[in-house]
Amino acid sequence: MLSGGDMLIRALHDEGVDLIFGYPGGAALHIYDAIFNQDKVEHILVRHEQAATHAADGYARSTGKPGVVLVTSGPGATNAITGIATAYMDSIPMVVISGQVTRDSIGSDAFQETDMIGVSRPIVKHSFMVQNAEDIPAIVKQAFHIATTGRPGPVVIDIPKDVTDPGETFPYAYPESIKIRSYAPPTKGHSGQIKKAVEILMSARRPVLYTGGGVVLGDGSELLTQLARALGFPITNTLMGLGAYPATDPQFLGMLGMHGTYEANMAMSEADVILAVGARFDDRVTNSDVSKFCPNATILHVDIDPASISKTVTAHVPIVGPVVPVLEEMLEQVKASKIKIDAEALAAWWKKIDHWRERDSLGVTPAEGEMIKPQQVIQALYKVTNGEAYVTSDVGQHQMFAAQYYHFDLPRRWINSGGLGTMGFGLPAAMGVQLAFPDAIVACVTGEGSIQMNIQELATCKQCALPIKIVNLNNEALGMVKQWQDMQYSGRYSQSTYADSLPDFVALAEAYGHVGIRIEKMSELESKMKEAFAMKDKLVFIDVAVDPNEHVYPMAIRNGAMSEMFLSKTERT
Amino acid sequence: MRRIISILMENQPGALSRVVGLFSQRSYNINSLTVAPTDDPTLSRLTVTTIGDDRKIEQIIKHLNKVVDVAKLVDLTEGSHIERELMLIKVKATGAQRAEVKRVADIFRGDVVDITPTMYTIQLTGTEEKLDGFIQALAGTTILEVARTGVSGVARGEKILSL
Repeated sequence: MLSGGDMLIRALHDEGVDLIFGYPGGAALHIYDAIFNQDKVEHILVRHEQAATHAADGYARSTGKPGVVLVTSGPGATNAITGIATAYMDSIPMVVISGQVTRDSIGSDAFQETDMIGVSRPIVKHSFMVQNAEDIPAIVKQAFHIATTGRPGPVVIDIPKDVTDPGETFPYAYPESIKIRSYAPPTKGHSGQIKKAVEILMSARRPVLYTGGGVVLGDGSELLTQLARALGFPITNTLMGLGAYPATDPQFLGMLGMHGTYEANMAMSEADVILAVGARFDDRVTNSDVSKFCPNATILHVDIDPASISKTVTAHVPIVGPVVPVLEEMLEQVKASKIKIDAEALAAWWKKIDHWRERDSLGVTPAEGEMIKPQQVIQALYKVTNGEAYVTSDVGQHQMFAAQYYHFDLPRRWINSGGLGTMGFGLPAAMGVQLAFPDAIVACVTGEGSIQMNIQELATCKQCALPIKIVNLNNEALGMVKQWQDMQYSGRYSQSTYADSLPDFVALAEAYGHVGIRIEKMSELESKMKEAFAMKDKLVFIDVAVDPNEHVYPMAIRNGAMSEMFLSKTERT
Repeated sequence: MRRIISILMENQPGALSRVVGLFSQRSYNINSLTVAPTDDPTLSRLTVTTIGDDRKIEQIIKHLNKVVDVAKLVDLTEGSHIERELMLIKVKATGAQRAEVKRVADIFRGDVVDITPTMYTIQLTGTEEKLDGFIQALAGTTILEVARTGVSGVARGEKILSL
């Protein structure tokens, strides 16, 4: 016999959860007492509920296991909203448990009451309000099942305080399996459609593989790599898909889209066949006017979510299914296909691509003197960490530089908020990653804008002794906002600068009990970075003064085709 | 194009708001909406009429299918179907108008279900179009109140929507 609170924690344990992130408060106190009375599920105390969701998110992205969050009602729940929305946009498996006021006071505007089910509805895959303690095991089972299967996503469980009352106990049994009659995610792709897609693919003359976060989430990287190699076709990844195919492989064209490489965007633009896998033709890829998007291409689209297919760009061959079984079947069919790839056409296509590559769209011109270019910081980070770090990022120019210049050879190493674009994501996400992989190198690439959105988590890092390396590209301004203001608002920097009020980040890091390093000279960049990463058991805040006028290039020209880009401040296609 | 989508969903708290929320969240239209439990008390049937081009309707149906509480759905307008809506309408009926209103109601096969010395309450069942037509036919009179249920429907013939 267990109380509702004990049942909840026991159910989490039975579900395989050993780590949760949260923050206590009135309506969740029975649950917190249940946590106190056991040692199987570890709880990480964050300093703000938003950080709990991002930390759980980073944990989920890096491990593939669902992240779990526990918050109280009212402000605890609403503070979690941004993190839930972030996870929802990037299809991250997450279960968020929120305390709620007692059942009889729901709807009475009670202290710390918020309609969490209502507030979170548009940004969750599903949600449950627990009405009876007896239902807790089955609801937990269902919540994890829904969060982790099909297209993953966050699930909220809202629990009124009296349901977890330690004074009332109930028999406990955790269900071994669960069937939800109205929920049946696809388990394999349609063989006929796959056959059709393979035929088109094999007959292509200018093919491109365009793959996204779905390949990472579906653990399809290995199969994708095999398929790409079997075909010998060029491949590009979306921001969310980086690492799904080894970035240092010669078939890799780099990231595509708004800040994609010249060769990736040109190849997409001139392709005759595009195989999209686990990518959703997001506006950061297609640019706003989809009528100009790859007009000559036959589009083969594999996705687990039928609603992602033909949403913005019409797919000629839609394939609904999970990435692994679909790619397995594709690979078999490619190997067995009677159609021979036109080697001559493919060679000509590669020649064209190599010509685009010669443009070296990610070439960095060093600044004069000791000024550090932000790109050079990422290049140094890549070198110092041997390309083996888990890299989390915040949102802005630094995020794009990290995506462009850190070459991810493995999936689940690049952790960023792509869909929602949530500033403040990087540091708490890094906490989740470091807790999942205590011995790994975890770097949080951030900017002086983003880092201040969840800087309080330096305290959590201290409490949990997390040796994260924070790489702060400090350009003393909201760089991406400023870039847009340069390009579209004649340099009117409305509310994007604050140079005279920035904190001393070194002193700030030290105040939290960490190490701070300031780098201002190019000649010291690598040596000081090395010094920072050599402190293996310490969090080091590396504050790097970078060129404040740098822009991210290439940059897609608004409402243009994939082939229309600015390549620098003075060149465009 | 106008579509009638009929949905079988879990008769659970929150299910209706998830479906309705989806329409507002993605800026889809709802023209009418009816919902009630079915013969199986664990299931509700919701019928929504909406307007959109083929692309939009495809997205609406895909997104509805993704709602965890939605068990099954059908676009009734894809095949031949029967649609009905019920309307209760209060009309001012005095003097010569009294006979005229009754005559129009008879033509539309409406029933007068309540009367007072100055008004009729007429019950009318039919397609949305027929109900609209009745209101137009009463243009010369004073309509006091209109209560419509929204469209409900089933497919013709042996096609059924069930689990």
